Amino acid sequence: MSEKFDCIVVGAGPAGISCAHELAKGGAKVLLLERGEYPGSKNVMGGVLYRKMMEDVVPDFWKEAPLERPIVEQRFMMMDKESAVTVGYKGMEWGKEPYNNFTVLRAKFDQWFAEKAVQQGAVLICETVVLECIVENGKVVGVRTDRPNGEVYADVVVLADGVNSLLAQSLGFHKEYKPDEVALATMEILKLDKGVIEDRFNLEDNQGCTIELFGDATKGILGTGFLYTNKDTLSIGVGTLLSGLIKHKIKPYELLEYVKNHPMIRPYIQGSEPQEYLAHLIPEGGFNSMGRIVGDGVIVIGDASQLVNAIHREGSNLAMTSGRLAAETILTAKAAGDFTENMLGLYRTRLMSGFVGQDMQKYKDSTHHFDKFPQYFDEYIPMMNRAMSQMFTVDGTSKWDKQKKIWKDLGGTKEKMKLARDMYRAWRVIK
Amino acid sequence: MLHIVACIKQVPDTKIIKMNPKTNTMDRRTAPAILNPYDAHAVEEAVRLREKYGGTVSVLTMGPPPAVKAIKKCIEIGADEGYLITDRRFAGADTLATSYALTKALEKISKTKPVDLVICGKMTIDGDTGQVGPGIARRLDIPPLTSVNKVVEINKREGYAVVHRKLEDGYEVVQSALPCLMSVEKTINEVPYSPFPNMLKAARYEPHIWSVDDLEDIDIKQLGLKGSPTIVSKVWAPPKPEGGTIIEGSSQQQVEHLLSVLLEKKELFQAKEGV
Repeated sequence: MSEKFDCIVVGAGPAGISCAHELAKGGAKVLLLERGEYPGSKNVMGGVLYRKMMEDVVPDFWKEAPLERPIVEQRFMMMDKESAVTVGYKGMEWGKEPYNNFTVLRAKFDQWFAEKAVQQGAVLICETVVLECIVENGKVVGVRTDRPNGEVYADVVVLADGVNSLLAQSLGFHKEYKPDEVALATMEILKLDKGVIEDRFNLEDNQGCTIELFGDATKGILGTGFLYTNKDTLSIGVGTLLSGLIKHKIKPYELLEYVKNHPMIRPYIQGSEPQEYLAHLIPEGGFNSMGRIVGDGVIVIGDASQLVNAIHREGSNLAMTSGRLAAETILTAKAAGDFTENMLGLYRTRLMSGFVGQDMQKYKDSTHHFDKFPQYFDEYIPMMNRAMSQMFTVDGTSKWDKQKKIWKDLGGTKEKMKLARDMYRAWRVIK
Repeated sequence: MLHIVACIKQVPDTKIIKMNPKTNTMDRRTAPAILNPYDAHAVEEAVRLREKYGGTVSVLTMGPPPAVKAIKKCIEIGADEGYLITDRRFAGADTLATSYALTKALEKISKTKPVDLVICGKMTIDGDTGQVGPGIARRLDIPPLTSVNKVVEINKREGYAVVHRKLEDGYEVVQSALPCLMSVEKTINEVPYSPFPNMLKAARYEPHIWSVDDLEDIDIKQLGLKGSPTIVSKVWAPPKPEGGTIIEGSSQQQVEHLLSVLLEKKELFQAKEGV
């Protein structure tokens, strides 16, 4: 029998690396397995790294991590075909320690983060695919990789194998996700001169801006687009529920091209050169799609357990926190010498009573709601744009008359009731 | 029991690398560093010979500290030990200075465990010269066997090796005294997907790291840029191929058109022996 570890973590993304880091720091013998050539080579996200949850794993990480820009401004654009209503916040307090969030490029960042876990003593092996969990008497005792003599054993296996988590699926923890439970995001990294970026986005050196795009960015399909500033690149992307793409028969790259050519976006990216093209699935089924996350000798974390808050475009932070909580639980289990589902269930309790579980429950109906009632994206956002246009077009009409016209444009009593009902419904699902 | 030393190099992946259009030199930051592909075959051959005859496979490289990664790759393939010589004074070395530094390291390795065979890849993909292997053989005063695409026999007791050397129109069978140096073709073997225990060993492996001061009887003047008489007089990009046809139309039309062209020019695609 080959070597035995205290814990095997499958997948070197934010969840898996956080878990391996904390386990190694706690003195456990950890093996971190990654299918990509290096950690980050297959990992994709829009690019916002949340300081607080990262700091919980590596204090003062911003002093050495390969970050792009601290985010000092967040804008939200509600887009129609040739207009947009924008709201935002910019604050200098986000531009200095301890910062709020950062933009990052995952290929660089994950590599650095994994190296931190290795420095703590985790053993990292890349270019190795885990084919299945080895199960004995109903207990997960190790994994079988695709390499010759590829079995390796551990007291606990942590599945951080990402959105589809075939491993958790093959254990019967969840079913194959349906197209309305996952979003497909496509993005490009565009090369652009640093000075040009700072001019266009009204930034100074070491300041970043994120713009979230709603409405016409996704042609009214449920989803969002984004445009983030990096050091000398921009990350632009668009993500929509897979079911929406299927229903509207739109190819994801067509949607991305559409956003890039949108008159509200084009001036920001003009003259840039595509450097990378990436695509990835995002679990957006939320709380209702979460399967089992604990079994005898096994814990599921991060995207693999559907931990994404789609409304707030948060995912990596939930992943990191879940990884850290899993590690704490495993260290407790190790001290007790008990790796049963009963013991490891402590992870679920800790996760669900903290901000991760609370947020997952708060927004549990949101994806389903906005998917069921598409008018938020394809009717109300254009309506909002028309109202703004009316109000601020100076054409000799009195403001009272303008207000009357805007009110009239909302439709008859029936339409107004529907609007009021929808706003109340939206409030209910996110309150 | 054989002691085989494979000399390897970490190189930029020239499949990906971008050229600096002004200087016509490689912009090394644009490509990941990999183990020179020819060297992977050299290490694999060394591992196979060890399986057959018993012994030890060591790998040796000169380079900056990140070259440890290339050594780890060799451990994954199955090497037992790794040696990195790294020092600012080695920097800027041409093939003459490189073979000098590697020879000095080989002499040091030999002191603890005599070397029976030195094995190298045919050439590196960033330099394409194929000179370092024969350079080492000359300095060690052992026979250089270049373009080896099969090792028939190693007989340590009788002190000889028999190999096939690839020629333009076939191969020649050569018997050489041991110790000797071989530089190998890619066709000599296929490097398999490394077994998991090797991956574990490599992940934890820390190679021996030597600076100039760790080497004995060394003449500093023969190292690095100072020891490199090679002068690059001009670098230019090869002219871009001209002509060519763009096949347009529906997928069906494109495939039909392409097929007719391929059938017309089929003799171009027949396998050829030799270089």
